[in-house]
Amino acid sequence: MTKVFRLKDLDCANCAAKMENCIKKLNAIKHVSVNFLTQKMMVEACDDEFDIVMQEVVKICKKIEPDCKIIM
Amino acid sequence: MKKKLERILIALCLFLVLFTVDKLIDIGRQFSGVNRILIPFVLYFIVYLIVGYDVLWKAVRNIFHGQFLDENFLMLIATTGAFGLAIYRGATGQNLEGFDEACAVLLFYQTGEWLQTYATSKSRKSIEHLMGLRPDYANLVVNEAISRVSPEEITVGALIVVNPGEKIPLDGIVVKGTTDLDTKSLTGESLPRNVQIDDDVLSGCINLTSQITIRVTKTFYDSTVAKILDLVENAAMKKSKAENFITKFARYYTPAVITMAVLFAVIGGAVTGMWSTALYRALSFLVVSCPCALVISVPLSFFIALGVASKNGILIKGSNYLEKLNHTKIFVFDKTGTLTKGNFAITAVEPIEKRMEILHLAAIAEKDSGHPIARAIVSAYAQPIESGYTLTNVSGCGVIATKGTEKIYCGNEQLLREQHIDFKPLNVAGSLVYVAHNQTYIGCIVIQDEIKPEVHELLTGLGAMSAQTVMLTGDNAVAAAQIAKKLGLTAYRANLLPQDKVNAVEELINTKQATEALCFVGDGINDAPVLMRADVGISMGGIGSDAALEAADIILMHDDLRGILTAKWLARRTMQIVRQNIIFSLLVKFGILFLSALGFTNLWVAIFGDVGVALLSILNAFRVRCKIRQKLALKKRN
Repeated sequence: MTKVFRLKDLDCANCAAKMENCIKKLNAIKHVSVNFLTQKMMVEACDDEFDIVMQEVVKICKKIEPDCKIIM
Repeated sequence: MKKKLERILIALCLFLVLFTVDKLIDIGRQFSGVNRILIPFVLYFIVYLIVGYDVLWKAVRNIFHGQFLDENFLMLIATTGAFGLAIYRGATGQNLEGFDEACAVLLFYQTGEWLQTYATSKSRKSIEHLMGLRPDYANLVVNEAISRVSPEEITVGALIVVNPGEKIPLDGIVVKGTTDLDTKSLTGESLPRNVQIDDDVLSGCINLTSQITIRVTKTFYDSTVAKILDLVENAAMKKSKAENFITKFARYYTPAVITMAVLFAVIGGAVTGMWSTALYRALSFLVVSCPCALVISVPLSFFIALGVASKNGILIKGSNYLEKLNHTKIFVFDKTGTLTKGNFAITAVEPIEKRMEILHLAAIAEKDSGHPIARAIVSAYAQPIESGYTLTNVSGCGVIATKGTEKIYCGNEQLLREQHIDFKPLNVAGSLVYVAHNQTYIGCIVIQDEIKPEVHELLTGLGAMSAQTVMLTGDNAVAAAQIAKKLGLTAYRANLLPQDKVNAVEELINTKQATEALCFVGDGINDAPVLMRADVGISMGGIGSDAALEAADIILMHDDLRGILTAKWLARRTMQIVRQNIIFSLLVKFGILFLSALGFTNLWVAIFGDVGVALLSILNAFRVRCKIRQKLALKKRN
């Protein structure tokens, strides 16, 4: 399943790159792309693990850029 | 964002006043004792806090999140370090200087950040302009009453009313009224399109003149506008090699420079014994080590290019395709429907005095066929066609019509030869349909497809870029050769059945060098496999054709082949600017690192290395847009 999320207040291009890199390392993630310019994140993961892995994703985002919020 | 700008401006004014006063009368000297250092420090520190308290707060907070190497932290260390050094100098009786620098670093850093945000949000708007396609509501007709509902709720078959000035929310067929539609935001075509009853209309167009009623044929998620929005939104997700390179580079760059800074401070200090100088130079390193300039400028260039393209009716599905298009050396074209209009017309009947007889016989044989050639014959005959014939299709050759002992043969050379009918083959360009009646050769119909008017301009343009152009066609070799020569194509592949096209493209891919790319241009009908196989698949008139939207990488929303030139040109331009940005920022950054290691530069230069370079490369990225405007203006004048 692939989902696109809006990211609010993502204001640093390098942070976006860092997030992408960290999220990529999660096992359940097949593909992830964090785009600073469109302020969006595309996540591809297995259907049954999606919600669990999204919790991890939220944690990572919070750690790297505390101001940035993922709009579910 | 506005608040931040105000804060920066206030801080900038305060800083300028303070800086001028300080330079004129040297504030520190007006005082004695501890106040000699303390007063200037406090004054500068107030400005420093006004402009950068958020940076400092973020830096401290991120340390607790384990994010040491983010740029807020780097700025915190660099500026507090500079303050510390200045105090140390003052305390040890050296010249009191450096407060202004520390303050300025943060001030410029914030200014740069603000401008970056401004620039990116500006370019985001060009994409959002396209997002303006999104319809907000639909006027649903239920039992003669009209209610306003969200387009997502409407099912196929429902009737909706579109008033003048409103956007068509869903794809459908006009059932009542005629009007003009503005399709500009969808296709880039500025002439309004007239629609009448039974015409298809596409969502995203704006109704200009009068009210129409539409029967919905697709749900919102399947409609054209939803597909295009999806496509554009996801385009930036497909990252190019250049983007991946730069983010990867940034990942190693920052830690490496910070390590260098630490080593420099420690070793430099230990060897020379001049700790404060070594430390000062190390601080410059920290300022230059911010990777944001690099990380932002490359994707921004692509992003702007994608926006420019979509504004001009060219949808590009990802920045990687721009990159590939730039490397494209071979352009493969499908003939029918791409280079030609696909509307076959009879150009000659041989011998001309038997025209009606020949057309009559041919129309009988071709009456049931859906092939464009057959339809051209039937429509040219334009009279009632007698029935009662048994039609036998000889695959790839033609049709035999039988009624009792009477036989009509209608097809290519091969058909007549197989039937041992004596005839004289014609040697003209176009598709030839030979007609024979009861073993006697009657004559031949020459059918040609109209070549699109812009083909010449396209091929000349591609030729000027020293690209190869190859045509794929089902025509015979003679006809193909003639067209290829007339149009100025570099090569052609003739006698291809639709399924042979993939193989032909496959062969061409094998002939090219690994760094080059092959682009296939088709009309999106029946050529999805070829579009997928090619490095870059361009499909024409993607509006309304789902297969084309899905299979192609670049979609020309209006049927103008010159869009390929624009796209190719845009690709080259973008890649140039991306390269310039990468090389320029790296050169400046490494130059400043080198010079500050030797002590030729100071923090002022270092902050330019960070903020200045970022701004220059952002401005450079915007050139993608300016240049294409000029180019398009030129095209219109011609």
